[in-house]
Amino acid sequence: MSKTEEIVQGVLAGDRRSIARAITIIENNTAENQKLIAQIYPHTGKAHIIGLTGPGGSGKSTLIEKIVREYRRRGKTVGVVAVDPTSPFTGGAFLGDRIRMQELSTDPGVFIRSMATRNYPGGIAKATKDSVKILDAAGKDIIIVETAGAGQSEVEIIKVAQTVVVIHAPGLGDEIQAIKAGLMEIADIFVVNKADRENADKAVMDIQSILQLNNKEEAWRTPVLKTVALTGEGVPQLIEKLEEHRRFLEKETERRKSLLRAESELVEALKEKVVDAIIEELKKGGKFEELLQKILKREIDPASAAEKLFHGKFKRSVSDAET
Amino acid sequence: MQSARKIRVLIAKPGLDSHDRGAKVVARALRDAGMEVIYTGLRQTPEQIVETALQEDVDVIGLSILSGAHKALFPRIMKLLKQKGLTDVMVFAGGIIPEEDIPELKKLGIKGIFGPGTPTETIIQFMLENVPERI
Repeated sequence: MSKTEEIVQGVLAGDRRSIARAITIIENNTAENQKLIAQIYPHTGKAHIIGLTGPGGSGKSTLIEKIVREYRRRGKTVGVVAVDPTSPFTGGAFLGDRIRMQELSTDPGVFIRSMATRNYPGGIAKATKDSVKILDAAGKDIIIVETAGAGQSEVEIIKVAQTVVVIHAPGLGDEIQAIKAGLMEIADIFVVNKADRENADKAVMDIQSILQLNNKEEAWRTPVLKTVALTGEGVPQLIEKLEEHRRFLEKETERRKSLLRAESELVEALKEKVVDAIIEELKKGGKFEELLQKILKREIDPASAAEKLFHGKFKRSVSDAET
Repeated sequence: MQSARKIRVLIAKPGLDSHDRGAKVVARALRDAGMEVIYTGLRQTPEQIVETALQEDVDVIGLSILSGAHKALFPRIMKLLKQKGLTDVMVFAGGIIPEEDIPELKKLGIKGIFGPGTPTETIIQFMLENVPERI
């Protein structure tokens, strides 16, 4: 058995070392990558994948710890992928989400992995999607993905998660109105944490009124829940909602979202191959180098140079296609 | 290339001491040197540390301890690492560790010990030179 096959067997058996090694292989984008995913993919599709996003200071990690405990009380196994940003200057990252979850690290029913974005946009890492598949194949009932911080533009999470939970807290300095529209639209469940604070009820009402404007004819009405992550208050109700959404997802109408997710993954994988192949082609023959020099000498701008290269190789332009 | 391999380091504080400034300084320095640093906070048990190292598939573990309990805790940590098959992880230590204890700790398999005042460049250099080649 090759090393990859050994790791795959280990993942399917739920062996933690194998799961960890498999995720590393995915993160480092090695040649083993595709082989590994190809082998585990048939074993995925069973887990409920929950994405959690929100601004720093909203209490995400503390809430996740309570959510995991509640699921464990109900006999479910849980995988957590906690993503933090990579520094664009140093390439390094400080991954501190585990601090709030450390008591769970010795629970055999819980697997926690910290992940750096490695400059992938949107709050998750390129490896996040495939790491979720590994945890799924390893038999985790619930997989929670915690996105990197700011909560403003973390909409990539919809490509990974089936249920998106957006968390906010009163008094963070962000007016509720400042929550970007995109984030409002992707939330399946909205949580106002630190609900013991003064402005919590007002925050709930503000969010509800904005959601009412957005919701129109949605089949799922996004609820706004209150929690106090520190004490665990509101968490059982949150789990109930998560379970309710899971049942909702199984209905015919929501299969469409799975289709869209699958399509988005396929297109992304294709794009990588296609773009690499085309650029390979366009670099041949010296015209690339020639134009590069012209750009440096300010004789031509990059966009026009790209136009020349593209139409040089691929004779048909967009307008040709229409005739 | 977005996903090139990074060195993953666990900075852990075993035992009951509550002084983590040193650990955080080292953690930040390693991050600024391009590594991915997992910091797990105060009061970690050997079991928590080893289990974390396993799940996070780290290349290196840095143990920070100022309580004097290193002679009790480090052997347990090294034993657990061996039991779980994490023999290819490099372990270094820092904090308040008397000179006379160093040979014993090195015999346990702890590769480097860096006391207070060690320049972070020294630690970074040491790590880059000694981090094991894994796959």
